[in-house]
Order: sequence, then C-alpha cells, then structure tokens
Amino acid sequence: MYIIIVGGGKIGYHLAKALLAEGHELLVIEKDRNRIEFISGELGSVCMLGDGCETAVLAEAGTNRADMLIAVTGDDEDNLVACQLAKHKFKVPRTIARLSNPKNETLFHLLGIDVTVSSTDVIMENIEQEVPTHVLTHLLTIRDRGIEIVEVKIPPDAKSTGKKVKDLDLPPGSALAIVIRSDQRPQMVTQDTVIQAGDQIIALTPTDTEEQLKIALQGDNK
Amino acid sequence: MKVIIMGCGRTGAMLATMLDAEGHSVTILDINEYSFRRLPPDFKGTALVGDGTDDETLIKAGIKQADAFVAVTQGDNRNIMAAQIAKHIFKIPRVLLRIYDPGRRELYNSLGLEAFSPTTIFAQLLKDNLLGKTRLE
Repeated sequence: MYIIIVGGGKIGYHLAKALLAEGHELLVIEKDRNRIEFISGELGSVCMLGDGCETAVLAEAGTNRADMLIAVTGDDEDNLVACQLAKHKFKVPRTIARLSNPKNETLFHLLGIDVTVSSTDVIMENIEQEVPTHVLTHLLTIRDRGIEIVEVKIPPDAKSTGKKVKDLDLPPGSALAIVIRSDQRPQMVTQDTVIQAGDQIIALTPTDTEEQLKIALQGDNK
Repeated sequence: MKVIIMGCGRTGAMLATMLDAEGHSVTILDINEYSFRRLPPDFKGTALVGDGTDDETLIKAGIKQADAFVAVTQGDNRNIMAAQIAKHIFKIPRVLLRIYDPGRRELYNSLGLEAFSPTTIFAQLLKDNLLGKTRLE
C-alpha cells in the first residue's frame, strides 16, 4: 500500500517506522526542516518538506495514487483539511485523522473522515524517552473498533523472556506486530519469535484486555 | 439579522462595525481579547473571548439563533473547520469564510461553503486597475 502521513512529529515518526517495517510504501509530509532531517536520518528518504494542507504539495506527493492518508499533526483543523483534500480532491479511499480534542469526533465522522484517532498527548511526549518504569505506552487508539496500538518494552525480569510468542498467554484479539531490537532493523513478530529482555514490541490489543497483554508480556506487578 | 463573526482582525472588526452600524445583531469572537481594540467605542454588539471551533463557545455566542456565520481568522484551516461546524452541526443558513489558498477555496466552494479567497480577488483587482479596466481605491 502507498500510505501518506501528514505530520512528522512523534506520532508520525513512530507510525512511519511501524508501517515501513510492515513493508508499505510511505511518505511523511512535514513543514519543519529539522524534523525532516531527523526522520530521514532514522528511516531514510521517506520525507517531503511542505504543508500537507496545500493542494499543490499533495499533488506533488502523488496523493491521487495513495491508498491511505493519515493526518497526525497536533492541530485538529489541519488534520481535518488534509483528510478532506485527500478524500475529495484526490479520491484517497481511506483517510485517518488524529484528534487532540475528542469533541471533534462527531464532526469529523459527519464530514466523511473514515477513522479518527484520539491521542493522549501527555503519554506521547514520553514515547521517545527511555522510561524503564513505563512498560506499556499507548501509541494510538482506534475508537471505532475499540483497539489500541501500544508499545511494550520488555524489562529484564519479565516472565516472557526466553519464551516463544506461541507459548505466551496473550488475551484474545491481541496481536504482537513488530519487534524492535537494538542494532537491528524492526522485524515482524512470528509465532516462533523468542521474546528477549529489552525488546520493544508494537502490539495491537482491544482496549479492555490491555492489562492482560501487559501481564502476559511482563508478568504481574508483584 | 443575527451574525456571528469569528476573528476580530482588520477584516472581522470592519465587517462587525459595518453590520452593527446598519442595525444588525453582531457577536464577534476572538481568542485574544486585545483584538477587540479594533472595534469602535460605540460598538453595540457583543465581543466574546473564545475559540470559534469549540461548540460550547459557539453556543455561548448564540449560534442556535444565528442567521449567518462568518469565519475570518488568519488560519485557513481554522476558518474551514469552524465554518463546517456552523453549517453541518448547527445548520446555520448562511456560512461565509475566508480561505487565502485558492486551491483550498475551490474545493470548499464545491463542498457547499461560501468561501472567498482574498488572494484571487485582490490579484484580479490589481490586474484590472493596472490594465485600466476599472479604477477602485
């Protein structure tokens, strides 16, 4: 799939990283030159400098052949306009907008945005920092489906270390998607992947079984 | 006519002043109280500090009784979002807005908003004056 991400902040960056690992063709549109340099340094040339709310920029990005546009800037109005341009002018089949103000959800759905994702900004700010006590970090909430995308860091004393994924007691409906290890490229998680201490795992889980997922990977907080 | 204007910059303030002088009921919104200095001392309308993309602010501004909503902040996208809230959530009969970017203006016009691009209008005006077709001050 060709996926365009508007906004290269923390969410845009992590999303790009995860989607690239899944093998998608990807472009991040970002206004800030410093962010472009950072992301290009980390992920290679997947960025374009520009305002994702301008038709000219979206045209240059090849939006008319995009399968999906995800707008994750910090401003709801910018995310709305990027998605509406994508949908109406470039006929992008699927548009996803990040919301800072959950009250805007009704309006966005009314205006035809396919999915809105409400993000918890406070947690977001911690994502790129190494917080050893913070085992599970919410990356995204997909409200419609009641699904969370989370990052789990495996601590050294976790009961899952050394086990294969198929032997873990994962809650139904949850899935481990990507494992990120130091000095390695992100890898897809398979049934035979062995969990190691220090792994960063991007996982999907229904909101109500989040705690179970945490326990399965980390062990309960005794 | 009851009109709500979002954005008390030069344009918003002038429009508010003109409508007020003609006896219309005007409520003008701005996120910065300092912007209201642009209103004349004899302005009889309401000046309200608040964000026009927030439905509670809009309700406080009396949007449920409004006949028209005008979005003229500096941000195209803010105007677009507020205008669509007024049109689709509060069903205001007339919704007018400024969109500087001609590309965006074209799209939102096709989506049923009365959008105006000062960029296009002013460029045309300058061209007409330059070529002697019209003379406006």
